[in-house]
This record gives sequence, C-alpha cells and structure tokens, in this order.
Amino acid sequence: MISLNHYLVLSGILFSIGTAGVFVRKNLITILLSIEIMLNAVNLTFVAVGRYLGTVDGQIITFFVMTVAAAEAAVGLALVIALFRHRETLIPDAFTLLKW
Amino acid sequence: MEQAAFYIFAALAVVASLLVIGLRSPMHSVILLIVSFGALSGLYLLLDAPFTAVTQIIIYAGAIMVLFLFVVMLLNAHTEDDMGGPRISGPAMGVGALLSVLLAAEMLWALQRLGVTGFGPDPGGSASISSVARIGGALFTTHAFAFEVTSILILVAMVGAVVIARREH
Repeated sequence: MISLNHYLVLSGILFSIGTAGVFVRKNLITILLSIEIMLNAVNLTFVAVGRYLGTVDGQIITFFVMTVAAAEAAVGLALVIALFRHRETLIPDAFTLLKW
Repeated sequence: MEQAAFYIFAALAVVASLLVIGLRSPMHSVILLIVSFGALSGLYLLLDAPFTAVTQIIIYAGAIMVLFLFVVMLLNAHTEDDMGGPRISGPAMGVGALLSVLLAAEMLWALQRLGVTGFGPDPGGSASISSVARIGGALFTTHAFAFEVTSILILVAMVGAVVIARREH
C-alpha cells in the first residue's frame, strides 16, 4: 500500500536533484529548469499532504505555486535574454559586476 | 495496480529529472523536464487530484516549457561549450553535489523517523477532494484575496518581462 511517506520521500529526492542542478550546472537556463524541478517537488508535497488531511487547500496552494512559477519563468527568461545580449554567454561566472 | 503505477511514475520522474541536470544540451534538458512533469501529473491523478494533474500539463508542460524552448532556440546555445566564458570548475561542482546528497540523506532520515502513515478513503460526493466544484468554491471564497493578488503579480511580471527583454535604442 502506498503511504504518505512514499510521496514525501519521492518529493525529497526530486528537491535534492533540483538543488544539485543549481550547484553543479553552469548554464543559466539549466539553473532555471532546476528551480522548476524544486517547485514541482514542493507541489507534490502539498498535494500529497492535502490528500492525507482530506482538504483541497493543498491543491489550491499548488495552483498558486504554478502561477508564481509562470511569472518567475517569464521574468527569469527575460533576464537571461538581456544578460546574453550584453555578454554573449550564459555561464553565471561571467556576470561578476556586483561581486565584492 | 496503484502501487505499480506509483513506482513507474516515480521512477520516470526521478530518472527524467536526473537527466535534466545531467545532459549537456539545454534542448534535451527542457524536453526531459516535460517528461518529468508528465510523470508528476500521473502521480497527482493517483492522489485524487485530477484538476491539479490537468493544470500541471496545461500550464507547466504547455505554457512554461514552451517559453523555455523558445528562449533556448532564440539564444541558439546547443551545449555549454558553445556559450563562451570561463571553463567549468571541478572542485566547486564536487562540493555542490556532495551538499545535495547530504540534503537528500537528511530529508530521508527525517522522514524515516515519521513512521508510515496511510491515506484515509476519499469521502466522495460533494465532499470529495477530487471535486473541481469544491476547489473552485474554496478558491473564490476563502482564497479570493490571494487569487486577486496573483492576477496583479501576473500583470507586473508581464510588463517587467517586456521592459527587461526590450532592446535599448
């Protein structure tokens, strides 16, 4: 029988894969994709716990997370385009103007 | 049956996500992320959340990933080697990967202490959590303010994206 724990473990694994992507990859687009993986892992937790508690609130929060993810993707990709236009690269190490 | 479906979808989601961060081509990463989202959508169906499963496909796989594909094609960056700039540093990557593995181990350890908790039966009828009517009712009454705020957020993000990506004259 599949329990809440199965879903929480899966969500934890997916979240860790997302953080690994942010740490390991040197490509702004892949880093944004890793953030989407993390958001989805959290969504899975919300839906699973909502199912466990028998409320629809988990699904409603997931709906809001998707909306925020859409806004984040739009602004993030606009920033990627603007950065690429200035430096002709997508590697974050190239953008060190604000580094102290 | 449900058990088999869970393990198939879970394995698909994990393998596709690993390939997203493992492959060098951003195009392949985006397409594999769509596969991962499809698997998660199947898991939402198993969790009696058909509305979330459908919005996952329409919004994530349909809208957000098309936006990503559009930008990948627009920038024409096939692999990380095409992008110029400094080379990838080895030790920093190793430390990052180690930190992620530690995070996963911590979460699994914490969840293992939680004990196994099964799901109760879905009450069904109008109280069913798979009821779209109930989701809509809660969304437009209890969470009406948050819903209106997200519409402002979308508007601000839309204008912001246009302003940021605009070419300077």
